Amino acid sequence: MKLTLALAQINTRLGNVEANLEKHLALAKKARASGADLLVFPELSLTGYGLQDLATTVALKPSAHDPIFRRLLEASHDLDLVVGFVDEDSRHRFFISSAYLALGEVVHVHHKVYLPTYGLFDEGRFFALGDCIRAFDTRFGRLGILICEDFWHASPPYLLWLDGADMLLFASASPGRGLGDEPQLESARWVEQINQAYASLFTCFVAHANRVGYEDGLNFWGGSTVFDPNGELIANGPYHQEALTLAEVDLNQLHRTRARLPLLRDERTALVMREMQRILSDAKPEEK
Amino acid sequence: MIDLNINTDLARQILTGFIHSEVTRVGFSKVVVGLSGGIDSAVSCYLAVEALGPQNVLAVRMPYKSSTADSLEHAQKVIEVLDIPSITIPITEMVDPLFERFPETSSMRRGNIMARARMIILYDQSEAFHGLVIGTGNKTEILLGYTTLYGDSANALNPIGDLYKTQLRQLARALGIPEEIIRKAPTADLWQGQTDEGELGFTYEEVDKLLYLLVDQRYSPQDCVEAGFAENFVRTVAERIRRNHFKRILPPIAKLSNRTIGYDFLYLRDWGT
Repeated sequence: MKLTLALAQINTRLGNVEANLEKHLALAKKARASGADLLVFPELSLTGYGLQDLATTVALKPSAHDPIFRRLLEASHDLDLVVGFVDEDSRHRFFISSAYLALGEVVHVHHKVYLPTYGLFDEGRFFALGDCIRAFDTRFGRLGILICEDFWHASPPYLLWLDGADMLLFASASPGRGLGDEPQLESARWVEQINQAYASLFTCFVAHANRVGYEDGLNFWGGSTVFDPNGELIANGPYHQEALTLAEVDLNQLHRTRARLPLLRDERTALVMREMQRILSDAKPEEK
Repeated sequence: MIDLNINTDLARQILTGFIHSEVTRVGFSKVVVGLSGGIDSAVSCYLAVEALGPQNVLAVRMPYKSSTADSLEHAQKVIEVLDIPSITIPITEMVDPLFERFPETSSMRRGNIMARARMIILYDQSEAFHGLVIGTGNKTEILLGYTTLYGDSANALNPIGDLYKTQLRQLARALGIPEEIIRKAPTADLWQGQTDEGELGFTYEEVDKLLYLLVDQRYSPQDCVEAGFAENFVRTVAERIRRNHFKRILPPIAKLSNRTIGYDFLYLRDWGT
């Protein structure tokens, strides 16, 4: 089975959900016209990234009752969509979120589980921690979604792999930093290396949609990528420019790679569990 | 390892994108640059031209009667090479009455008055030309506080404030800035014979390496001494960074209410754009 995956490497307007929605709908149309089956938007694509006190005023509820989501759900009859937004739950906690929409339904919502609150980041001040890492079923098989810092940690992609995801969809608003004499920023190099590593280690597809543009002095570097189960780069977007990047994803590659390299078959989850329990029970209280 | 080399193509792409984005998103298309004849303002000017087009960058020359002829000529060279609109507004008539009123005024006070007179002109031209004032301060001088608060430090956006002086020289070469501007001794040109390095007491080459360890690599002062820097030099520079921090932040507002600007009223400047 083959699908055409599209990555929407967009700039956003900070706190202007209506304007960002129009851009999403225009790109959904364009992607569909180019033959895309699934279109992935970056982290917080409907709101912009550096929200601070705007976080609570731009929050949405991902359902057909929400006027923004109603229009996205309508568009999801043409192709599946992954959109980034702030989710306000019924107890009024605010999460950095990405939703998977297909055939007019909200199939899955991921809440970012790792909120970077160090260096230039201050997410933990404004957002609640997600508490769930789950794969979900789609017409393209079982997929998983992670948001930026989630995949800077090794465990979330590992958990999604074990939960059955054969394609990992990563959404980012990654600020560019670390200018040296290389043609890429350090942050770009790091993310590309680990995405390639996840594809290789988990013999799965890894697609990363990263935004572009500026917010105050921060630049977002784009460079969206798709790696196949062999760890080969099969599509990539330009740095620092808006782009719609298309990738032909041949899901039969999973069969071929795993026939050669049965890492999933041989993964010893019970051993991991046993050792994890030992490590956690031996640890002093402050290490738990 | 101290490696201050930068990929100038990448720096250029990010910085021109920054200027274009931050100017146009607030409804402007033009900028104003105070062109001193030195390397920093030349780099800001070249980047602005690349980002917005030559007709949208106004170069303002603001000589004092004691400014060196070199400064004016080098600024003129940039204006001609880039083919940009320019205006020359001497500050002599603005500042001399104040100097005469206080004849004992120190060089420091004079320098500050001149820097602030130039700020007044730039912000006035900003209104007249409908352009934002582009900053020309580099990371070295911002960290050392080698700048006049509300003078040369005043600007609407600064494309070069995260580049050390030695990195700016690399970018200047890549941009094709005339070699005599890159090579000459950096000076605020506030009085005759003044040079940055003479006044600071060390070279940019030396201090940039130390700042890179202290700031970028998070070395402690002791780590820097162990890495081979003279203890006195490290102490002087670390103290300068601390003492001048007030120039890098907005003045504190005394908190009384539950929501105070600067503490818990938090928005990026690009809010809504």
